[in-house]
Amino acid sequence: MYLATFNQLNDTLCSDELWLMINFTSVQVSSRVVLVTSFLMAVSVGCADKNGNWNNPHAPEKENIRVMYSVFTSPPKNLDPVRTYNLDEATLIDQIYEPPLEYHYLKRPYQLKPLTLKELPKLEYLNADGAIVSEESEYVAYSRYTFELKEGIRYQPHPAFAVNDFGQPYYSFSNESSAKKYRVLADFKRVGTKELVASDYIYQIKRMADPRLQFPIWDIMSNYLVGMKDLRKQLVQARRDNPKVWLNLDTFSLDGVKEIDQHTFQITLHKKYPQFKYWLAFHFFSPIPMELDRFYNLPGQQEKNISLAFHPVGTGAFMMTKHDASSEIILEKNPNFSAQYYPYEGEMKDESIGLLMDSGKPLPFLDKIIFRLEKEAIPIWTKFLQGYYDRSGIGSDSFDQAVDMSVDGIALTDEMQRKGISLNMTVEPATYYLGFNMLDPVVGGYSEQQKKLRNAIAIAYDEQEQISIFRNGRGEIAMSPLPPGIFGYQSGERGLDKKVFDWVDGKPVRKPIEIATRLLSEAGYPGGRDRITGKPLVLNLDTTKNSGDAARQNWLIKQFNKLGIQLNIRATDYNRFQDKMESAKAQMFFWGWFADYPDPENFLFLLYGPNSRTGSGGSGVNSTNYNNQRFNELFNQMKVMSNSPKRLQIIGEMLEIYRKDRPWASSFHPTTFILNNAWVKNFKPHGISQVTLKYQDIDIELREKRRDEWNKPVVWPLWLFASLCFLVVLPGYLAYRRRQTQKVI
Amino acid sequence: MIKPIVLWSDIFIFLLVLGLVGLFTYLKPSSETQANWRKVFESRLGFCTFMILCLYIFIALLDSLHFQKPLPSTEESSQVFYSNEVLSILDLIHVGMLDKEEKTYSAPFAMYSYSKENMFSDSGQLYRDFPRLIHGGSHLRDDSERMKDIVSKTLFALFKGIIISSILIGSILLIRRTYFYGTFLPVNSACLLLGIIVTGWIWVVELGAYYHILGTNKVGADVLYQAIKSIRTGILLGTLAALFAVPFAIVFGISAGYFKGKVDDAIQYLYTTLSSIPDVLLIAAAVLVIDVYIENHTDQFNLLIYRADFKFLALCAIFGLTSWTGLCRLLRAETLKVSQLDYVNAARAFGVSHTGVITRHILPNVMHLVIISTVLNFSGFVLAESVLAYIGVGVDASMNSWGNMINSARQELSRDPAVWWSILSAFVFMFILVLSANLFSDKVRDAFDPRGLRRMRLDL
Amino acid sequence: MWSYIFRRSFYALPILIGVNFFTFALFFLINSPDQMAQAQLGIKHISPEAVHEWKKARGYDLPLFVNDERNGFDTVTETIFFEKSVRLFIFDFGKTDEGRVILDEIKKRMWPSLAVALPVFLVGLAVSIFVSLIVVMFRASLFEFSVMVVCVAMFSISSMFYIIGGQFLFGKLWSLVPVSGFVADIGALKFLVLPIIIGVISGFGGGVRIYRIIFLEEANKDYIRTARAKGVSELAILFRHLFPNGLIPILTGVVVVIPTLFLGSLVTESFFGIPGLGSFTIDGIRAQDFSIVRSMVFLSSVLYILGLLLTDISYTIADPRVRLT
Repeated sequence: MYLATFNQLNDTLCSDELWLMINFTSVQVSSRVVLVTSFLMAVSVGCADKNGNWNNPHAPEKENIRVMYSVFTSPPKNLDPVRTYNLDEATLIDQIYEPPLEYHYLKRPYQLKPLTLKELPKLEYLNADGAIVSEESEYVAYSRYTFELKEGIRYQPHPAFAVNDFGQPYYSFSNESSAKKYRVLADFKRVGTKELVASDYIYQIKRMADPRLQFPIWDIMSNYLVGMKDLRKQLVQARRDNPKVWLNLDTFSLDGVKEIDQHTFQITLHKKYPQFKYWLAFHFFSPIPMELDRFYNLPGQQEKNISLAFHPVGTGAFMMTKHDASSEIILEKNPNFSAQYYPYEGEMKDESIGLLMDSGKPLPFLDKIIFRLEKEAIPIWTKFLQGYYDRSGIGSDSFDQAVDMSVDGIALTDEMQRKGISLNMTVEPATYYLGFNMLDPVVGGYSEQQKKLRNAIAIAYDEQEQISIFRNGRGEIAMSPLPPGIFGYQSGERGLDKKVFDWVDGKPVRKPIEIATRLLSEAGYPGGRDRITGKPLVLNLDTTKNSGDAARQNWLIKQFNKLGIQLNIRATDYNRFQDKMESAKAQMFFWGWFADYPDPENFLFLLYGPNSRTGSGGSGVNSTNYNNQRFNELFNQMKVMSNSPKRLQIIGEMLEIYRKDRPWASSFHPTTFILNNAWVKNFKPHGISQVTLKYQDIDIELREKRRDEWNKPVVWPLWLFASLCFLVVLPGYLAYRRRQTQKVI
Repeated sequence: MIKPIVLWSDIFIFLLVLGLVGLFTYLKPSSETQANWRKVFESRLGFCTFMILCLYIFIALLDSLHFQKPLPSTEESSQVFYSNEVLSILDLIHVGMLDKEEKTYSAPFAMYSYSKENMFSDSGQLYRDFPRLIHGGSHLRDDSERMKDIVSKTLFALFKGIIISSILIGSILLIRRTYFYGTFLPVNSACLLLGIIVTGWIWVVELGAYYHILGTNKVGADVLYQAIKSIRTGILLGTLAALFAVPFAIVFGISAGYFKGKVDDAIQYLYTTLSSIPDVLLIAAAVLVIDVYIENHTDQFNLLIYRADFKFLALCAIFGLTSWTGLCRLLRAETLKVSQLDYVNAARAFGVSHTGVITRHILPNVMHLVIISTVLNFSGFVLAESVLAYIGVGVDASMNSWGNMINSARQELSRDPAVWWSILSAFVFMFILVLSANLFSDKVRDAFDPRGLRRMRLDL
Repeated sequence: MWSYIFRRSFYALPILIGVNFFTFALFFLINSPDQMAQAQLGIKHISPEAVHEWKKARGYDLPLFVNDERNGFDTVTETIFFEKSVRLFIFDFGKTDEGRVILDEIKKRMWPSLAVALPVFLVGLAVSIFVSLIVVMFRASLFEFSVMVVCVAMFSISSMFYIIGGQFLFGKLWSLVPVSGFVADIGALKFLVLPIIIGVISGFGGGVRIYRIIFLEEANKDYIRTARAKGVSELAILFRHLFPNGLIPILTGVVVVIPTLFLGSLVTESFFGIPGLGSFTIDGIRAQDFSIVRSMVFLSSVLYILGLLLTDISYTIADPRVRLT
C-alpha cells in the first residue's frame, strides 16, 4: 500500500518538475526568477515593521508605547535579591526591588538618600547595657538604626497578594496534584496588591540567615547583625527536622531587628559599622513579604521554577512581565508605582547638558524595557548603529569607528556625530590588578630582595601600553588600589606612586627600565639569571583559559623579557584557577574588584591580612594573601572612621606600606565609554547603583525617523543574483535544445 | 650551540612520513595497486594537487624541527642556559617576518598603522593620527613612493623567480630526457606549477623583507607568517588523526568481520555507542579532560609549547576516535564479504593461522578502503578545526591555526573600516589545502574504486 | 516488522547505558562537584557551606559510582551515576546548574531549531538533487566540469566563512535582514531567511557531489539506455526514470539524520542568536554544565538510534525484497 503512494508521489513530482522544465523559454524563465525574488521580498516586507525596515529585529509595538531596547549577555542565574551578587542580574532586579535607601541619580560624589523611608535612618550608639552613648564613646557596643517607612507604597500586582472575600490568600493548596493546572506564573490569573510594611524588610533580613539561600555576604552580616548566627542555628535545626516543609520565618525570632509599628522598625548591629548604610541601598535589603514567600513555596512551585529566583516582585518602578532566558526579559511599568519624581538638583554641568529638563515630573518615563539575549558583541554593535538598540558600550574593535582622540581630548567621530550619538565616559569605581601570591617562595615574601624583585617587575610591566593596545586607552593607571570617586583617592603628584613613577612636567612618567634592571640585580637575579646558579628566572602567570589570545600572551612575555625574566603562562579553566588560588599555588595572576559601595574600606580590605584567601577556606577577598601587621592595624582603625583628614592621613600611610611591599605589580581603573543614540534622554551613568532606568526616557518619534533613514535596504544584490541565475539558465537551455535536435549520425 | 627540542607531534609526523616511505619502498605494492596510483598521477589534476599537498607537507615538516637558542652566557657561570622561546627551521627562513613586529593592525603593504594613536608633535602638542610603521615600508620616505617601489620590487622578484625556475625546470627536463624518457607523469604541467610556486615564494621573500604582504594583526605580528605557521597545525591535524584512527579501525573492523559471533557483537556495541555520541560533545568533553590532566601534571609541561603540543596531540587522537567508527564499519562489511571467498576458505583448510589469513589475504583486499577513507577524512578534519576554535575547544590559543585566526577575525570584520586581511589569509591558505586535498581524494577514489565505494560519503 | 522494531529498541538500552557511562566518566574526570559549585556560585565570597548546599540541592553530594557507606543494592543505587542516569530513561532530565528545568528548555527550544534545520534539510536536499540531475543530463560537457569545480570549491570552504560573510553582507552592508535574533511567531521568517540560505549553500557542494555519482550510476543502467533507444526525450528520462530510481538510495541514506534535526546546528544557532537546542548545547559546553551536556548527549543518542531504525525500515519500504526479521 505504501509503495503505491510512493509512486504517486513520484508522478506528481515528475509532472511538476516537467512543467518547470518545459517553461524554460527565456522570457518565462526570467519572469519566474522575478517571481521568486518578489516572493522573497514579499516575505521580507511581510515581516518588516510598519515603516518597511526589513532588518528590524524587534516585534512591532503599539503606538506611543515608550520602549527601551537593551541587552543581556548571559542568562541570569538567580534573581533572588538575597542571592544576586553580580552586575548583570542587578541591572534587572534593581529596577524592581526597593531597599530603604538609594543613591542620588545626579549628584556626585555618590550620595545616599531615602527611598522608601521618610528620612535617612536614625543612628544611635548604645553601650553594653543598652543605654545611648555618643559616637566617640569608648563604650560603644551596639549601633541601632531606626527606619520610618513612607505610607502608601504598594507592591506590583501579583497572584501572591490575591485574597478571597475573607481576606485569606486566594491561592492556597496543600498538595501537588491541585497545583498541576498552574504550569507557569501567568496561569495564576487573579492578582492583588498590598502595602509595603516594616515586617517585609524584617522578613528579608531573616532570609539572609537561611542556609539554603547562600547569602553572599553572610560572613560580614553575621558578624555585625545581632542574633544572626543564632537564627541560622535555629533554621538549620528546623530544616533538619522538616526538610520538605516551608518555614514561615515570621515564627523565628531575630534579636537584632525589632518591629516598632507597621511602618517603623529597628536594626541593631554589634559595635560600629559605618559602611552598613551603603548596604541599605543594596538589593540585599529589599522587602520580601511573607505572603510572597508563602506563595512561591506552595507545593510544586519551586520545581516549576515559580520562585523568587525567576520572578522578582517588588514595589519599584518596573515589574518583570516576561522572563525567557533563552530570548528576552521584559520589564513593564508597575501600575501601582507613584509619588517619585525626577530630581531638581544635580552636578554643576547637569543643567547645561539637559539633565534637569524633566525635574519634578513623575517617574518612570518608560513604559517598557525589553532586554534581549545577545551573546556576541558584534551583533550588539551592528544593531546599535542600525538604531535597534538604544545604548551600547564600545568594544576595542569598534573603538576607532566611534571615538576620535584629538587635540581637544576625546570626541566622537564624524560618523557618530552625524548620527547624533552621545558619549559618556566614566572611570569605573573598580580596580584590575596583576597580583603576586605573597606566599610564593620566589615572588612572595617580605625580605628586601623579594620586595625589589616585585618592584622591578612593577616598573617593567608597562600598563599604559596594555591599556592602549588591548583596551584602546579605556583605562586609567592606578597609583593605588583606590579608584577615583572613592575617599582617599588623590590625583596629581600627591597621589603618585613614587616607587614606579617619576613626576615629570606635570605628569607621571614610568621609571626607566635601567632602574628595574638594577633592582632585579640587587634582588639576586642580574640579567634575569640567578646570581648563584646562573639559572634563568622563570615566573609563572596563572590565567583562566579564555583570558586572552596568542597576541596578548606574546605581549605579556615581552614585558618580562625586558628584564630577561622568562614568563610561562599557565592557562587553565576557571575551576582549576580557583583551586590554585585557594591553595596558594598560583604565582602571579590577574584579578579585579568592583566597588560594592563608595568607601575606601571596600578596596583596602583586599589587602587586609585576615581576609586572605588561603586562611579563610577560600571565601577571603585578599587574593594575594598579603599580610602586614602595621597595615592590618591601620585598616582596623580606618574602617570605623568617618571621612576626615585624619582618615585620609591613615589611608596615606597604608598606601605607602602597600607600595613598599608591592603585593600588586600593577593595576588600573577601567573606563567605560557608553554611547547613547540621540533619542535617549536623561542618561547619566552611575558607578555604584543600577537604579537608573526609572529616570530615563526615549523620544520614540525621533527613533522611528532615524531608523528609517539608517536602514534603507540595498536591493541591487537581489537583482544581480536574479540576472546571474538567468545567465546560467539560458545557455543551459540552449545547449539542451541543441542536444535534443542533434543528429545521431 | 642550539638545543633541539623534540615535541611528541614532531616525532609522530616524522615517524608517519618515514613509515609511509618505508611502506612503499619495501612492501612492493601489487601491480594492481601500482596501476591505480599510476592512474592518479597520470592525470594533470591528480599530480598538481599532489604537488601542492607535498608543498604544504614540506612546510609542515620544516616547521616541525624545533630548537631553542642559547641565552648569552654570563660571567658567574659557565653553564649554558636556553631561552624558553622555541623556534623552528621555518622561522629561520622567514626570520624577517618573525622579528618585524609592529604595534598593532596594519593593512597589506601599508606603511602607516591602521589605527590612530596619540602622538606628540615637535611643539609638544597632543594629536591623534596614523603613525608610521616600524618596519613595513620603513625604507620609504613617503606614501607617494610606495606604489612605484612595490611595482619595481615585484618586477625584480618576478624576473629573479623566472630565471631561477627556468634553471630548475630546465634541469628537470634535461633529467627527464636522460632518465625518465616516456614517463607517465604530466611533466609539463608539473613544471609550470613548480615555476609558479618558486616564483611566488621568491616574491614573498623579496617583498616580505620590506612590507607586511598580508598586513599585521592586533599586536602587530605578520599575518602571512601566522598563516604559514598554521600550515603545520592543519597538516598534522589531518594526518595524525588518521594515524590514530587507522590502527583501531583495522584491528576492530577486520576482527569483527572475520571472527564474527561474540567478537563482532562486542565491537559493534562499541562503535555504535561511540558513534551515537555527537562528535562535538565528545571532542569538547575530551578536550576539557585533557586540560585537567595538564593541570595535574604541570611539571611535565614546563614550557607553553609542550602544553599546547600535548593538547594538540590529544585533539588529533580524539579526532581519530570520532572517525574510526565509520571506517571500522566499512572494513567489517568488506571483511565479511572477503572472508566468504573460496581462496580464504581454502587457506583456512590448509591450516594457515588466523593471523596468516588476515595479513596475507584479507588485509590487502581491504587496504584500498583505508586509503580512500583517510584521504577523504583529511579535509574534513582541517575544516572541523575552525568550528572547534569557535566553540572554544580547538587547539591551544597560543598555537597558530586557521581556526584561531578566523575566530579572532570575526571581531575584526565588525570594525569599521573592517580588518579583512586576517580572515582572507586564513581563507586562502585553508582553501588551497582543502581544495587540493578534495580534488586529490576524488582522483584517488576514482582510481581505486571506480564502482564499489561511490556511496562512501553517505556512509561516513 | 513490529517485533523487529521492538527488539531493536531493546538493543538500544545497553548502548544508551554505555553512552551514559562514558559521559559520566569523562565529565567527572574534569570537575569534581565542588568545582562545579564554585563556578556556579560566582567570584565574591564563597563559603564551604554554600558549596555544600549547592551540591545537596542538585544531588551531587553522593559518591560517583559506588557508595561504600551503604549495603547491598544501595551501594550502586545511591550514587550520582545511578540517580542521574536512570532518570534519563524516563526523560526526566532534571534541572540545569542554573536551576532551569531541562525538559522544558528542550521542549521550548526544539521548535526554533527545527525551524532552521528542517528547511535547510528539505530545501538543501531538493536543490542538490535538482542540480545534480541537471549535471547528469549534461554529463561529459564543459557545463558539468564547471559545476563540479564550483561544487568542490564550495565544499572546500569552511562553514564559518559562509556564516561570517553572509552576516556581513546581508545584515550589515545591505540591511536586508536582521543581523541576528528570533521571535516565536510568524515574524521569525525574516530571521530565518539568512541562516537557511547559508545552510543550504554550505551543504550544496557536498550534496551535489554525492547525488551526481548516484544518478550517474543509475544513468548507466540498461533501462535508461532502452528508454533512450525508444526515443524518449532526455527530460522525460531524467525525471520519469532517473529521478525516482536514484531517489531511493538518497532517501534511505539521509533518513538517519531526520530525527537529529531537532538538535539543530551548533554554530549557526549561536551566530544568529536563535534560541534552539544547538545554542543550548554550546552554552552547556562553555559553562561546563554537566547536566545540560549529559541530557543532550543522551537525547542525541536516542535520536541517532531512532534514525538507524528508520533507515532499516525505509529500506524495506524502498525495496520489498528486504525483510526485517
